[in-house]
Amino acid sequence: MCVAIPARVNSIQGEQAEVGIGGITRTVSLQLTPEAKVGDYVIVHTGYAINVLDQQEGEETLRLIEAIARTA
Amino acid sequence: MKYVSEFRDSALAKGLIAQVCRLSSTPARFMEFCGGHTVTIFRYGIRQVLPQTVTMVSGPGCPVCVTANKDLDKTIALAHFPDVILATFGDMLRIPGSHSSLQQAKAEGADVRMVYSAMDALNIARENPEKHVIFVGIGFETTAPTIAASVLQAAKEGLDNYYILSLHKLSPPVVKALLDSGEVNLDGFICPGHVSTVTGSQAWEFISRDYGIPCVVSGFEPLDVLHSISMLVSQVETKRAEVEIAYRRGVQPEGNPTALRLMREVFAPCPADWRGMGEIPASGLKLREAYLEFDAETAFDIDSGPTRETEGCLCGQILRGVATPQDCPLFGKACTPEEPVGPCMVSSEGSCSAYYRYGGEHA
Ligand code: SF4
Repeated sequence: MCVAIPARVNSIQGEQAEVGIGGITRTVSLQLTPEAKVGDYVIVHTGYAINVLDQQEGEETLRLIEAIARTA
Repeated sequence: MKYVSEFRDSALAKGLIAQVCRLSSTPARFMEFCGGHTVTIFRYGIRQVLPQTVTMVSGPGCPVCVTANKDLDKTIALAHFPDVILATFGDMLRIPGSHSSLQQAKAEGADVRMVYSAMDALNIARENPEKHVIFVGIGFETTAPTIAASVLQAAKEGLDNYYILSLHKLSPPVVKALLDSGEVNLDGFICPGHVSTVTGSQAWEFISRDYGIPCVVSGFEPLDVLHSISMLVSQVETKRAEVEIAYRRGVQPEGNPTALRLMREVFAPCPADWRGMGEIPASGLKLREAYLEFDAETAFDIDSGPTRETEGCLCGQILRGVATPQDCPLFGKACTPEEPVGPCMVSSEGSCSAYYRYGGEHA
């Protein structure tokens, strides 16, 4: 039920955005993430963006996992 | 970064599994709260690759599963009111209440509509001004802010035919109730990623502080879950109990302040009934005084009659982490996803459904 998926913000009109999710375009509400900008990836849950994904943190987590996988 | 495929890399997964095997020497039981994590764990066969020292226990993080029959009965009673359109997330349709389900109510002529978003429910209200549109507000902190946003939108537009039946649940109070019951012994806790996106990792501090149990907030891809398990094992082996975030791309310690503000503007905590656990104080959400005009329970005189529990179904114990689906004599026999008996088999995130679909040998 808390399923939420990453989607790229393609355009913004007021409190709504067109986002791309795996090739499909959908309209989502930005009421919970007014800070979202075009080009950002957001986490979409039941038609609402609930957060903007942090690319730097995502890359950092992957680097960390790579380091663990190398030493293990 | 696409945020999906990167976190499904099988070579890295093998590395994380090797790390868990190398680090783990103390037997440990970890609970994954969230049904979404249960699904990831089963879909990717994670239980099978963990060392014998690590046991995973599924928790109560499936909102439709924990909804009490009394509340399900209310949704069904509301659907039968004249001039009512009952809008609901699809997860709710087939969940059996005491005597019926929303799907059955629909077959009997009630206007029950499945929606993907509170925005869709609002649209139905706009398009049907002569009808009362009731949206079943279900879900944890992830979902409650979206429903709150829809109420604020309805208030802004002056919509007077939009109502919420607020069955929302809060996650930290149920975890506290589980831990206080002493029924489950846990050595680590995988905190729900998208609840934490809203609440922040701070919501779980009490678990490590008051109960000395390590916590890791996890994302939903297989690498996220394996990484979280390795972080929990590391805490166990070094005798630490902290709240760590393995899902930093989606979760900050303080959460999403806008979502929290909207949720708190519209809703206030209230006692709530949980399947298998009874009433837990301050574990639900009700509409605040200022938004009572949107409250379905205030607007409609709901009489759902006496409740009845499904005989033989162990969902209550399974949600508390004290039984597994295999303990249920009906599992895979009288109860399957095609002909479900209890909510844990109906919901795709329910433990019984996950065991059935991915457990292999139906176990
Ligand atoms: S297998 Fe079916 S009857 Fe048994 S606990 Fe699960 S949902 Fe209930």
